[in-house]
Amino acid sequence: MNKLIQLFLSFSRIGVMTFGGGYAMIPMLEKELVEKKHWVSEEELLDYYAVGQCTPGIIAVNTATFVGHKTAGVWGGIFATLGVVFPSLIIITLIAAVLTNFADIPAVKCAFAGIRVCVCVLIFNAVVKLWKKAVTDKATLTIFLAVFLMSVFFDMSPVFFVLVSGICGVMVTNMGGRDK
Amino acid sequence: MIYLRLFLEFFFTGLFSVGGGLATLPFLYDMSERTGWFTSSQLADMIAVSESTPGPIGVNMATYVGYTAGGIPGAVIATLGLICPAIVIIMVIAKVLETFRNNKTVDSVFYGLRPCSVALIASAGFLVIKMALFNVEKFVSTGVLMSLFNFKAIALAAVLLVLTRWVKQTKNLHPIVFISLSALAGIIFKF
Repeated sequence: MNKLIQLFLSFSRIGVMTFGGGYAMIPMLEKELVEKKHWVSEEELLDYYAVGQCTPGIIAVNTATFVGHKTAGVWGGIFATLGVVFPSLIIITLIAAVLTNFADIPAVKCAFAGIRVCVCVLIFNAVVKLWKKAVTDKATLTIFLAVFLMSVFFDMSPVFFVLVSGICGVMVTNMGGRDK
Repeated sequence: MIYLRLFLEFFFTGLFSVGGGLATLPFLYDMSERTGWFTSSQLADMIAVSESTPGPIGVNMATYVGYTAGGIPGAVIATLGLICPAIVIIMVIAKVLETFRNNKTVDSVFYGLRPCSVALIASAGFLVIKMALFNVEKFVSTGVLMSLFNFKAIALAAVLLVLTRWVKQTKNLHPIVFISLSALAGIIFKF
């Protein structure tokens, strides 16, 4: 019971602090779930994130369900997911009811331009940290570079990258190209 | 029965949009045409609000559309509809993964997926960097190299980078501290 409330609160916090979509959530997930609560490891977070990319639904919600389920079973998954959407429900309903021109307020625009700069730095730090867990040899370095360059320069679906990378992982392992 | 329709519309949006919040947009444009719950210019406002408030964009959109179509119960029902398919599908996958966690093939799939995940996060980061620190469009239209750089933003990014990586007293602070400071800096220095 206690654990369910903790999951709900932790994910509410993550929901409130995520600005600008699922990928901006990574630094928060890392801090709250890996460093503070030790509910999951960095590797598991990356696994969930990859699966969340190619299954239906919002990545933030998928990740919440995964972590919740791992920590406290089916109810854990439900409470974590409700936690992550709860702040949105309150904030958006308030804005929709009273502040329809919220996004046009000059101070809001300036604040968000500032926040975007911070998101750049936070994502950069997260990438450096996760890189150490994921890029462990030549094969994984190749996968990283190929996916990064292709997704920056071509407008391709992440689903494609996830599928191909998974297949590559199996092939490299079977051909003995993986450093132990 | 508007609530049932809202639930079903968002249930199917959640079921078929793969790859994050922005993947729900085509479904929402289609929904606006079919149902008349909101116009496409209202939708543009909703996108702006969803992007400038905390929370996953897809969830924010569902709440906003639901509220516009059916008040507070509408907001709750649309959001629940959106997350329902994901909860069920992910639970099933999580169960399967738990069972096969120590399977060699599953392990090698994830060995390949992890660098892919980091690369996708890095490329999302690259897009934000391009948008927040540089004026690519202005540079292309004027051809002046100096106009490419958004100096205020780059200065803030440099300060944040030092504070989050090298200054012992600040580097372990919670990210929300840096987000709040940046919002403040954005307002004070008129970003």
